[in-house]
Formats: sequence, structure tokens, C-alpha cells
Amino acid sequence: MSEETRIDCDIHNEVPGLEALYPYLPAHWLDYCRESAFNGPDANDYPAGAPTTAREGSQPKPDLTEIRSHALDGVDMGILNCAYRVQSVRNEDLAASLATAVNHWQVEHWLEQEPRLRASIVVPSHNPQLAAEEIDRWGGHPGFVQVVLPARAEAPYGNRRYDPIFAAAVRHDLAVGIQYGGAPGHPPTAAGWPSYFIEEYAGMAHVFQSQVISLVCDGAFERFPSLRIALIEGGFTWLPSLMWRIDKEWKGLRHNTPWVRRRPSEYMRTHLRFTIQPLDAPPDSAHLAQILDQCGGEDLLLYASDYPHRRGGPEQLLDLLSDAQRSKIFSANARELYRL
Amino acid sequence: MTAPVDTSTTVDRPAVERNGHRGNGEAPGAAMRAAKRARTDTAIIDTDIHIYFPSPDVLRSYLSERWQEYHRTIGQRGYEGCNYPRAMPNAARHDAWPEDGTPPGSNLAFLQAQLLDEWGMEFGVLNPLVGAGYERNLDFGAAFSRATNEWQEAEWLEPDPRLRGSIIVPWEDGVQAAAEIDRWGSHPGFVHVLLIARTKEPLGRRKYWPMYEAACRHDQPIAIHFGGAGGGPITGTGYPAHYIEDHGGMPQTFQAQIISLIFEGVFQRFPSLKFVLIEGGFGWIPPLLWRMDEAWRQLHIDVPHVTEPPSEIFRRHFWVSTQPMEEPFQPEQFRQLLDHLDMDDHLLFATDYPHWDFDSPDRAFPIQLDEERRRKIMAENARSLYKF
Repeated sequence: MSEETRIDCDIHNEVPGLEALYPYLPAHWLDYCRESAFNGPDANDYPAGAPTTAREGSQPKPDLTEIRSHALDGVDMGILNCAYRVQSVRNEDLAASLATAVNHWQVEHWLEQEPRLRASIVVPSHNPQLAAEEIDRWGGHPGFVQVVLPARAEAPYGNRRYDPIFAAAVRHDLAVGIQYGGAPGHPPTAAGWPSYFIEEYAGMAHVFQSQVISLVCDGAFERFPSLRIALIEGGFTWLPSLMWRIDKEWKGLRHNTPWVRRRPSEYMRTHLRFTIQPLDAPPDSAHLAQILDQCGGEDLLLYASDYPHRRGGPEQLLDLLSDAQRSKIFSANARELYRL
Repeated sequence: MTAPVDTSTTVDRPAVERNGHRGNGEAPGAAMRAAKRARTDTAIIDTDIHIYFPSPDVLRSYLSERWQEYHRTIGQRGYEGCNYPRAMPNAARHDAWPEDGTPPGSNLAFLQAQLLDEWGMEFGVLNPLVGAGYERNLDFGAAFSRATNEWQEAEWLEPDPRLRGSIIVPWEDGVQAAAEIDRWGSHPGFVHVLLIARTKEPLGRRKYWPMYEAACRHDQPIAIHFGGAGGGPITGTGYPAHYIEDHGGMPQTFQAQIISLIFEGVFQRFPSLKFVLIEGGFGWIPPLLWRMDEAWRQLHIDVPHVTEPPSEIFRRHFWVSTQPMEEPFQPEQFRQLLDHLDMDDHLLFATDYPHWDFDSPDRAFPIQLDEERRRKIMAENARSLYKF
């Protein structure tokens, strides 16, 4: 067997501190940040000391040296997903300038330093017009392959207020990544604020499900037929049950939403891809094989380490795959999604 | 363990007079009824039937003068601004409207004929969705709850021994909710306490614990039913736009409640507490448990009070109604789902009468289940949980 190509679709490059962005901020916002002792977005979706945030021997905010030695070993290409939550900054102009600064920082400190890396454009998605401008700024740069949005937003992404973001992504043939986390200011559940971090962590899967329902039922894929979305760090074993449920809803209620012309599960299969970490797998591997079969997982899944976050190994999944399936999940699905 | 069921006692139950209620003139008659019933070879217990006040006057007749006046002048006030017009009036089956113009689910004789007799049901659990629980005036909510419970007892439970009621409580006020549970907890007609899924805070939060303590005192399960609006967006990512998202998005709310109840330590504090999840379906449960177990393995330091895997807690403390039944792409996937769920003893059949997404007892399952599973799900699990 020839050596496998491996593309890691989820590596984190986090801004070490607001000072790292100072060289890229306009004078007005630089003064503002210094005067106000502003430390950057207050989202706390990855508590620095939490066991999930960094695996043993890793830093929560790894630098390029660490990424090279720990994450890129044996990997042909890595997709960076920066989780800098500019969306939690209510001053939208400051948020937009922070996003621009983060993207400059990504180019200089990551893309120009390491040819195996590709990156995701950070955008002030709470102001879609400014977000679209940010996408236009970087869309022609060959290092950026994706626009990254947090899973938790002010409204689910099928809402047409976000159309400028999708239009810009499609214009530049970029994927859109929806990533674990976000701090839009309202509770992370339909029933208010939970007490513990573990609740928010475990509950992020249902937030992803709400996003999928919205994107399909509010017609985003009809308005943007070439839109490609990666769901990052949200798991995937829930996908078959969501497909069944929303297909059934559509059978009963599609007269309410005539723009949803195809079965919801068809849109999901066509437009959505899923990173494999966290696996959130059943204890019995035979059940995991059934889940893969139920949703056609070989065409939907993207290999990912989620470095530096601590995860169980991917072996339980990989052991179930044929060579052809491995090759799709290790690289072919990512090449198609990210045009690599 | 439960005793075998003599189905003849349910098949031959005499039908009550129809009073010409069937609006479309298509009276199926005894022969058709018998044919329908023959397609279901087990006893049937329906764990989700909805009843409504036929008019505001009927509700008021159970309120004190002070609250009658309040209801006439101010009326009900919940968490407004979460309006998803439903696909059909009252979200009801078109054939569920009695000819006298009262709302579906408000006329006992009509409900008996269309549901209980039609299917030869042995028992039916009433879940009145009247809005008392999320009333913002907590004292009115308490009075409204009590009125609803008195109305259930007088107009539904006493006239028909097949029916069982839900204790309605003002759940945002744990202490008054506990008092209402104490009022009805030992009444044999009431079989669980009824909450709605979208509460103001996640149900594991301690403000709700007095209610759980009272439920344990009376060995009453807590049922969480589809629906509601707790005053915030109905997803963890803001307000969606369409009824299909509101309706199809209910499993996400149930997931949040399960996560909260388990991780906030409710079952360590109340080891005998039972929950019944109604009208959320169940396909989403296995992947939720896999994720929760993985989260707990990684993050148990966040919740040291949770001392065993969440999946074990869930399978011991939760029961789940079947409607809306999952419909996988391939029939065998339904069997796979039941295997992943591994809760054959905790699934409860439900129709959701009179709502539009009614699951018919003879057609709800996408596959032919073996007899043992059918008997359990159609009746025996409910018999055992509710002590029928």
C-alpha cells in the first residue's frame, strides 16, 4: 500500500494575547485598547486550564514550533482554525479591526512561515456586512481556504442576515467552517444558562444541530447552491437521527417552507462535512459502523486532530474503514471541500 | 415484572355513544373499529393525550373570585415574543374538532369515541397544555395550576376510569410547585407532574429542587413535555425563523435539560426521582449519551458530584415516550436505533392526540417489532412506571 496522504482539518492557532495584534491595529483602536486595559474578547469557551483544552505536553495556545513538532508530524497539510471570538466584542468597528489584525497575524506568523498550513478567515460575523468586507480582503490569498464562524451566534446561520457572509465565501470559492464555541451574549440552551462548563461543552452538539436545521429549513443552500460548510468539533454521531427527524418534519410541514425543495437530509449530505474529533462514539464499535453506514459517513467525514485539545484517539473509527474509505476521510474529502 | 395481559378485556370494551360527533359523516362503525383494533395485538396505553378547557368560562369556574377578575382583566402572561404560527389551528388534526365548536381535546365524549374507544385503549394519560406553568405572575400561576388540577379531577378522571391526570404546577416557583404536588400527590388519578421543555432556567438548577423533593415524597415522576418558551431564544444560537425549526428543534431542548439534570447532580440528591420525556422522540438519545459519557470522562473534575457515567444515570432515571416516532431511511436502522438506545423497558407508546402529528397505534412503528418489544412499549412499560 502506498503511503497515505493525511490532511488535518482542525488545528488551533490561538492569539497568545492582545499585544500580539498591536502591530496590526489602526492607531485609534490601538490607543483605545491600551487606555481601556482591554484584554481581548471575553469568550470562555476553552477555559485555559480545562482538561479538554490542552492534551498532555501541549499548550492551550501552541506556537508554530509546537505545531510543527506535535501536530504536523506525519501530516501533509493542516487547516488552522483560530477561535478568536471577535463576535463577543459589542463595538462592531473594534471587532472588525481585531478580525483584520488576527488575519494579518495569521498570514505573517503562520502562513508565510509554514507551507503545509492553510488558515481560516476570522470575521466580525455579528456585522455581516463588515464580515463580508473582511472576506473580500483575504479571499484572494492562497493561504486562506475557509471562513470560520462560531457555533453560537446571535441568530442561527440560515437567517438571511448572514447572506453577505455566504455570498462572499461563495464569491471566493471558500468553505465556511462552523466551529465549537462562541459568546453571543444569550444563553447556550433554549432553557437558560447552565451552571457548569461541562454542560456547555456537552451541549455544543445540540447547538450544531440547531445550525443544521436552520441552514436547511431557512433555505441557505437554495440561495447559495455552491455553499460548502464544515462542522468543526461538534461530533457527527448525531447526524443520522437529525436527518430522520427533519425529513419527517418536512414531510408534514413542507407546505410551510416551499423553498426547501429537496429532502432535508439531501442538503445535509451535499453541503455539510464533519471533522472527526471529538468522536463521541458508542462503546460498541459495531454501533459506530452502523452510524457511518446510516449517514454515508465515508463521504462526509474529515480527518482532524483538533490539536491541542485533548481527545480520545481516532482508532475506533479508523479501524472500521476500508482503504478506500480511509483515503476519502484522510484527504480526498478535504481536498474537495477546501479545493486543495 | 408485569403480569401477562388479557387483551380480550380491552378489545371488547363497549363503545360509548358518539353523539354524531364525527364531522365528516364517515362513521366507521363497529366493524371498522374492530378491524383497526385487530391490527394491534397488544394492550394499548397512550401516555400523551392533550386536553384543553372548552372555554375561558370553564377555567374561571374553578378560580377564586380574585383570580376570575384577574383572568378577565389581565389574562394570561407568559414569555411573549416567541411566536411561530403553527401549521394548523390549535396544531390539531383536522378531524379532531367537535361539532359543537369547542377546541380539540376539550370534549370528553368526543375524545372517548375518537381515541379511547376507537383503539380500545386500556389507559390514557392526560397532559393538559394550558400555560399555567409559565405564567409570569407566580401567584396566578399557582391558582391556575390548582384550577386545572381540580378540573381534571372533576371533568375527566371521575367520569372515565381509563384516564389519568398530570399534576400541573407553577414550576418557576419551586416552593409553590411543591405545595401543589403535596396537594395531589397521593390522589390515585394523578400519575406524574407535568413540566414543559423550555423553562426559564435549565431544570437541574437548584431553584427547582423543592419540586423534586415533593415528587420523591409522593413517588410521582416528573414529565417534561415538548414545547414552551422560557423567555430566551429557543436554541443555543438565537431565534430560528420557522415553525418547522421550532417543532423540529425540540430534541435540542430536551438534550439541554438532560445535560442539566444529570450534570447538576439532581440524581445524587434525589436517588428515587424519575423523569418522563414526552414528545421529543428518541433517536437523538444514544448520540447524546455517547457525548455526555465522553465529556464526563474528560471533565469530571468540573462536576465531582457526578460519580457514575451519565448514560447509566439516564437509563435508570428516565423514561421516554415514542411520539413522534423516528423514521429511519431503512427499516433495519430502526432496530439498530433501539439497540443503540438499549431502553426497551423505558419506552412508552404515545399518540399525542389530538395534534396533527398523531402517531396511530397500528402504524407508528416503521417496522414489525417482535411481540415482546411491542407489548412492553405499547403498554407494559407504562403499566409498570405508572402502577396501573
